[in-house]
Order: sequence, then C-alpha cells, then structure tokens
Amino acid sequence: MTLPIAKKPTLRRFQQASWDEPIVFELSKKGERGVLVSEIEPNIAATVSSELPSGVRREVPPALPEIGQMRVLKHFLRLSQENLGADLNVDIGQGTCTMKYSPKINDQIIRREELFDLHPLQDPKTVQGALQIIWEMQELLKEVSGLDAVSLQTSSGSSAIWSNIATIRAYFDDIGEGDTRDEIITTIFSHPSNAAAAKTAGYKIITLHPGEKGYPTLDQYKEVISNRTAALLITNPEDTGIFNPEIKEIVELFHSHGALASYDQANANGILGITRAKEAGFDLCHFNLHKTFSTPHACGGPGGGASCVTKKLEKYLPKPHVVKRSDQFLLDDELPLSIGKVSPFYGVLPNIVRAYSWIMSLGAAGLREVAENAVLNNNYLLKNVLEISGATAPYSNQHPRIEQVRYSWNELFEETGVTSEEIGLRVLDYGMHYWTSHHPFIVPQPFTLEPTESYSREELDEYINVLRAVAKEAKENPEVVKSAPHNQVVHHTDHADLDDPARWAITWRAYLRKYPEVQERMRNG
Amino acid sequence: MTARSSAHPYIPNSDPAIKRSMLDFVGVGSIDDLYSAIPSKLRVNGLLNLPAPLTNEQDLAKHVTSILKKNSPQSSRISFLGAGTYNHYVPAVVDEVINRSEFLTAYAGDPYEDHGRFQALFEYESLMAELVNMDVVNVPTYDGLQAAATSLAMAYRITGRKKILVVTEVNPDKYSKVRNYNQSRLEFIDIPTNNLQPDLGAIKGALNGDVAAIWLDTPNYLGTLCANVQELADLAHANGSLLVVGVDPISLGVLQSPADQGADIINGDIQSLGVHCWFGGGHGGFIAVHDDPKFVMELPSRLFGLESTTVPGEYGFGDVAYERTSFALREEGKEWVGTAAALWGIAAAVYLSLMGPRGMVEVGETIIARTRYAMHKLGGIAGVKVGGSELQLREFVLDLSQSGMSAKGLIDKCRERNIEPGVQISDSQILVCVTEMNSEADINALHDAIVTVLGGAK
Repeated sequence: MTLPIAKKPTLRRFQQASWDEPIVFELSKKGERGVLVSEIEPNIAATVSSELPSGVRREVPPALPEIGQMRVLKHFLRLSQENLGADLNVDIGQGTCTMKYSPKINDQIIRREELFDLHPLQDPKTVQGALQIIWEMQELLKEVSGLDAVSLQTSSGSSAIWSNIATIRAYFDDIGEGDTRDEIITTIFSHPSNAAAAKTAGYKIITLHPGEKGYPTLDQYKEVISNRTAALLITNPEDTGIFNPEIKEIVELFHSHGALASYDQANANGILGITRAKEAGFDLCHFNLHKTFSTPHACGGPGGGASCVTKKLEKYLPKPHVVKRSDQFLLDDELPLSIGKVSPFYGVLPNIVRAYSWIMSLGAAGLREVAENAVLNNNYLLKNVLEISGATAPYSNQHPRIEQVRYSWNELFEETGVTSEEIGLRVLDYGMHYWTSHHPFIVPQPFTLEPTESYSREELDEYINVLRAVAKEAKENPEVVKSAPHNQVVHHTDHADLDDPARWAITWRAYLRKYPEVQERMRNG
Repeated sequence: MTARSSAHPYIPNSDPAIKRSMLDFVGVGSIDDLYSAIPSKLRVNGLLNLPAPLTNEQDLAKHVTSILKKNSPQSSRISFLGAGTYNHYVPAVVDEVINRSEFLTAYAGDPYEDHGRFQALFEYESLMAELVNMDVVNVPTYDGLQAAATSLAMAYRITGRKKILVVTEVNPDKYSKVRNYNQSRLEFIDIPTNNLQPDLGAIKGALNGDVAAIWLDTPNYLGTLCANVQELADLAHANGSLLVVGVDPISLGVLQSPADQGADIINGDIQSLGVHCWFGGGHGGFIAVHDDPKFVMELPSRLFGLESTTVPGEYGFGDVAYERTSFALREEGKEWVGTAAALWGIAAAVYLSLMGPRGMVEVGETIIARTRYAMHKLGGIAGVKVGGSELQLREFVLDLSQSGMSAKGLIDKCRERNIEPGVQISDSQILVCVTEMNSEADINALHDAIVTVLGGAK
C-alpha cells in the first residue's frame, strides 16, 4: 500500500451519508433554547397585558421539542447530507423534470436585503427594481413563446396549468359558451396535472393514447372533438421525447371548432428558439421556471410558473398585471374580467430573478445552444442506451428524439424478472438518481432520461456505465438488484404501513398515539 | 490577445470539438439533423430577439444587482405592513439550512437517496401538528390561498354539499382565489359580522341541508380573533356541516388551536414561520385534519409517513395513501399534486425546532403586547379611532373618518417620513400590522408621525 495509488475502477464506489439521525422530537431536553425572542419593553409591559382572554388563550404550550441552537443546526445539516441534490449527482434520471444546473451566481444575486426584505404592499416607488425585473422577464418570455402577454404569478408548473385552465374557462364564460363547452382533450403522455387540474375546474377529460408513431394522429382528434370541446391541453414533445409534427393542424382543428389550444411547455428545453407556441398557433402556453429556466427544484418547490397568452386572452390573466407606463413600473388592478388571484401577490420573486439572470447570461444564441446541446446529449444517450442488451426505446425511430426518451426494460424484465423500479434502486447505489415514469405505465417497465445541456460527455458516459452494469447484474446476479439499495441512507423499507389507516403515521404524535410502546420507551429513556 | 473559448460555462459540450465528436458518434452531420421531426413551417427564422447576453458572471451580477439596488428594503424604514405577507424575524440557522445545496437542488429522489428530505418534511408535518393539535398535516401546498381553497373543496367532497357560509372578513386576495378555484362546485354566502365577531343568530338562520361548511379565519382579515369557535363548531356539526378554520400558525403558542374547539379542517400560510417576505413570494400552505381516513383521503398533497426498514431502530419514510393523488390516478385523483413549497416547509421545521414551546409562547406574547400598545397609543390620537378589543392579534384597523384626512393622504405623508403606516383597505381605513419586529420606539415614531401629519391637516 505505497504510492502510486491504483487506477480507479470504472464504477464509482459510492456510499451515501448515513447519520442514523433520530426524529427531532427525540433530541428534546427540557430547558434548552434554540433562539430567543425580542423582549417586551418595560414600558409596554406596564401599559398593556400580553395575555389573551381566557376562552381563546392556549393553556398548555405546544409540545414542540426544546433543543439548543447548535444541535438544531447539526440535526438539519445531517438531514441535508442525507439528500442527493442535483448539485451532487448526474441528475439525468428524472426525465420530464429538466434537472439542469442552477447557477450559483444567481443564488448569490438573490440573497440581498433589496429582494428578501421587500414587502409586497410597500410604496411602489421603493420597489421599482423588483417590478422592473418582473416586467423585463415578461418581455423575455413573450419573445421566447411568441405570444403577447405573460403572467409570472404562479409558483409551479401545475399552478400555471391551472391558471391557463381558469383563463380558458373565463374566456368561454365571457363569450357565453361556458355552459356548453365542458370537455378538455389531452394526451396520456402529457403531464397528469393537465388532466387533473382541468377536472378540478369542472371539465370532463378525454385522454388520447398514442398510435404507433408515439403520438395520437390528427384523425384521433377528429373523432373526439365537438362543439362541447373547450380546449386542447398538450405537451409537445410529449414525455417520450417525440415531437408531434402535425401539431399545427391539430391546433387548427380545435380553432375550427371554436375551441382553444393550450401548450404545456414543461418540455421546452430542447426547442428553445427552435419552435414556439406562436408558430403552431397556440392560444396559451406555460413554462416552468424551475425546469427550463434553471431555478432550483428546492425539494419540490417553490418553483415558478409563467403563463403566456395571446392578446385576445390577456384581459383574463391573474391580477394585478405588472405594467410599464412611461418610465415607471406599476401594478394594474383594474381588470374586471381577470380570473383574479391564483397565487399571492406577484409570484416567487427569488425564482423570477434567478430565471431572468439565467436568460440574461445566455441571450438568444445561448438559449439556442442550450436547446441544441440538450438534444445532442439526449441522442448521444439514446444511442448508448440502445446498445445495452434489454433496453429499448418504444415507438417510431423515424426521427431523432428531442430532449428526453421514455425507455423500456421490458426485454430485460422478461428475461430476468427484474423490474424497472428495482433497477432504479440499484442505480442509487452508484450515486445516481433514476425514475420510472408517471402512472399509468403505458410503456412497460419504463425509465425516463433527460440529460439537459448541463452534463459533460464524461458524466453521460458514467451514467451509461451504471445502467450497463446494473443490467448485467440483473442477468448474472439478480438478487443483488432485487435487494437494493445497499449503500444508501437507509435499508430496504416495508411499505405495508403506508396504506392502512390504522397503522400509518403521518406525524410523530400520531405515531406515539398508535404505538404506545414507543411512548413508554421514550418515557423510560 | 488570445482567442477566447466559445464554450458556455453552463453547457460543457458546447465546445465545438466536443460537439463534433458527439455528432459523429450519433451519426449525423449537424445539429439540425436532430430536429428533423419539426417541420420547417414551425421553425423560428434566425435567432430570437433578446437583449445581448452578459455571459461572464461578473458582468451579469453587476447588471442584475444594479436593478435590485433600486429597491429599498423594509429594514431601511419603519414598517407596519401586513395583509397577507408578514415581517417576522428569521433566525440565522433557518437560512443556513435551506440554502444548503443538497436541499436547494434536490427534487424527486427516492426515500433512500433523499431520506433527509423525507425526514425533514415528516418533521415539518409533526411540528405543525403540535401547533394545531391535530394528527395529520400535509407536505406544504403552494400558499395559504390554495390551502383555504382546497380545504373548502374537501368540505364539498366530504359532505356532498355545495354551500359555504363565510362568517368572518376574509382577505380579498384569498377570497378571490377561493371563489375562482371552486367556481364549478361551491356557492359562497357572506354572513356579515356583528361587532367584528361571527353573527351566531344569522348563521343559525342560514344553516340548512345544503351547507358544506362554516368557514372562518381567526384572526380574520382585520386582525380579530374569533371568540366563539366552539359555538360555531357545534352549530356546524348539528347541521351535518364542517367547520373550516384559517389561522396563522405563528399565533398558536398563545392562541388555543381551533381543533380543540371542534374545527374539522385547519389551514393557513407558513410564511410567518421562518420565511422572508420576498416581495410576497415566500408563501407555503398547510392543511391539517384529524387522523380520520374520511378526511385524510381527500387531501390532494403528499403525506410523508414513517415506515420500518430491514434494520431494527432505523427510520424509513414513504408516501402515505399515494393512490389518492393525481400522480397515481391523473384526473381521478384528488385535485392535483406537484412541485409546491417544500423548501419553505423545511424552513418552518427549522424555525419551530429552534423556537420550541417557550419561543412560540414568547413571540405570541410579544406580538400581543406590542399590538395592544400600538392600539393604545394610536387610539389616543384625536380624530383617530382604533377598531377592535383585546381580541386583536397582530393587526387592527385605524379609522380616519373623523380625522379630516384620507387613508391615502395619511399613508403618503407618512411615507415622506420614511414610515409605512399600514395597508389602505378603504378610503378612510388603514390596516396596521405589528409584529415582534416593531419595537416600542417604532410604535412611538408612528404615533408621533400621525400626530404631526393630522395636526397639519387641520
């Protein structure tokens, strides 16, 4: 064991951090304090009481834990280490979610008092910078979508989908067709929130399934469209990475029936500056600032949504609108046909500033470079994955895929009995994330890879090597895959208690109530 | 001068040689060949019309920061603004934790690789559950507006009834969201308050077999706590209806949880618990219910629960009752679920862990004392009336109708003195918000400014 050190093996010998950390309540020690509170001044104490009247007053303080500051910090830092963020892995296994690099400079830019310490109702003269960035971001996204007006109020993609559905509903209510147009048409490879949010708005949902080319044909739409149709909600390319080339004709079909067409652009990363909502004739579209425009996913939000519409629909957008009049940025609330509030105030400002900064760091040529590299990386990955025995990419090979591919391990499954989910858990052991697909699994034994523009060729190769190695294990030593994960924070879990109301424990207090022996154990130390 | 590289730092394979080698591997001549599925009639001609980029981060930071510097933060003035976003103290450890790259950039990892995210959000649910005294709290939804809208949609699904009795003043933004969200299923009936309290007689008269829920906020939009939650719960339950209550969780160290007075669903916003104001962009919503599957199965959000692992003593986590969700069932799920406000949930978990029971009591007491002191001081100014009583928490109405000055006039004059006195809610009324961030000296300064301004008005 002397120098030189041997060459590293091809596969990373990864071990995820595992602190075996207790639940925060178990750290409690009576009397400890994590932080102190601003004290009531003597004069105030002498002037007024600080107690609520009995009847509304809480008599027993909440049973929160009592923990000194450093221990609280340590506890949550340990939990953070037990988390594999995009900054630490080759996060291409979460297809449809565009796990790209979120630049650190943008995090640094937003951590200023002039952003986090602004109140939404302070004098507009004192927030001209914030309003300017919102307005400029609206202008940028008008150009990126080709549409005429933008709202940045929503805090996620699904929330922006909702905003667009509410806009569609307001439009038909306004023109007197709200009662008769009660159907929405979507596709099975569009994000489930399109169907779910439209149902929440009161619509009946018609979902089209793909033909052999991977997408529904124009004729399939003709069969279901009628004067009851309110709108099309569609992703393109769909979650297969297949672009529907008939999209303009499909949109025209909806228009010819008096219906609208709304474009879920969660999958915009591969087509930025290549094709837009405008070129296909869409009336509305939405973007996810946390996918395409780089803001961090934050464990599941806050993200940021952008709703873009044509001139005819602008008056229905959520209010207030951020507008520019001469050199001043203002909030326009005089919008009687607006759908009103979808989210508080003006949107998730930290993410709007991050996304603005990201676009400004790239410009038009840079956005095109993003799209082209996302597509190049995807097709590079595709060619490599198809060389792995047992992996396929269902549907037409007529054209290259755009920014992602929904693959299948069905051949491997039939040969070995190892499922895609089991493969995913084994991939974790090599320090990589992996995801199957949304439900239902139309593609059997699915997995969905979206490499984005952020990863180097060497990193893509590393991911491919992991997939290849796990597929080999599935054939040669399936038990090691089926019993995975082996190198993670925790070992294999048992899901039996998650679906039984008598046994599930959604909070610590429910756990103690349902399992008195734990309470007993805690009492006895 | 040396030739500068054209590779963009965020796009490693944008280097021309690397790109060429990858195209060769794929077997195409150019990038354009990869777009053959997109017909030419759908293509953008040339480049988009966007401003020239600032590709190095030094220039970028300078540009964006120069715009942000046109803002002036709350810390540079005395501010009594609330009405939906609240200026509470954010302990340093909260920002330290939520700025961790592992939390900030994570998304949808499994409970194995992202155990920390699951545990932190399970702890969030559990800490919130202690505040509200209920056994089930969701992984945060978007914001308090959404939490209220979904709580009422749940009441519809649980009771099969279509009417909501609105018995306290509701923040107009929240009401706008709640109405639009539930347009296809619910009808809202406003029952005006009597002396700032729900009018029990009028409510009794309005209850019938169509009423899904009585809905109230405590404190309500005007900062008044409801003194008769139990009576409202009894009325609702006798009618087969639910009681849906909105709260601000920062108050629950000192305010009895409505769950102890019969509330069936409690909801609210968690911005007060360790999230900065962010110009109104720092919100997350919570919904709490009892551990009754009739209620739990109607929640659209994810619910992270404990599970066992193959190793004794090891905590595992997973999704409880996943089959409720739109991820599992698309339009047959409950509303929908997706990216919402998880990081703010982690912020609230850290906040509550730091504050503990004593901290939550003390912050509540400080807010109550300073709110009352502000009411006492401002109520003593000639021509100014202060609305409310000992039931005001954090906010109250300043009525200027006898002062000779309009609300807008007073706000403008105070702004000239670098004070934000509150939010205008009518021509003659201002909603004043007092938190633990407003000291006695701040309140005295507001008092003195109003005295001076009104003196000038007469």
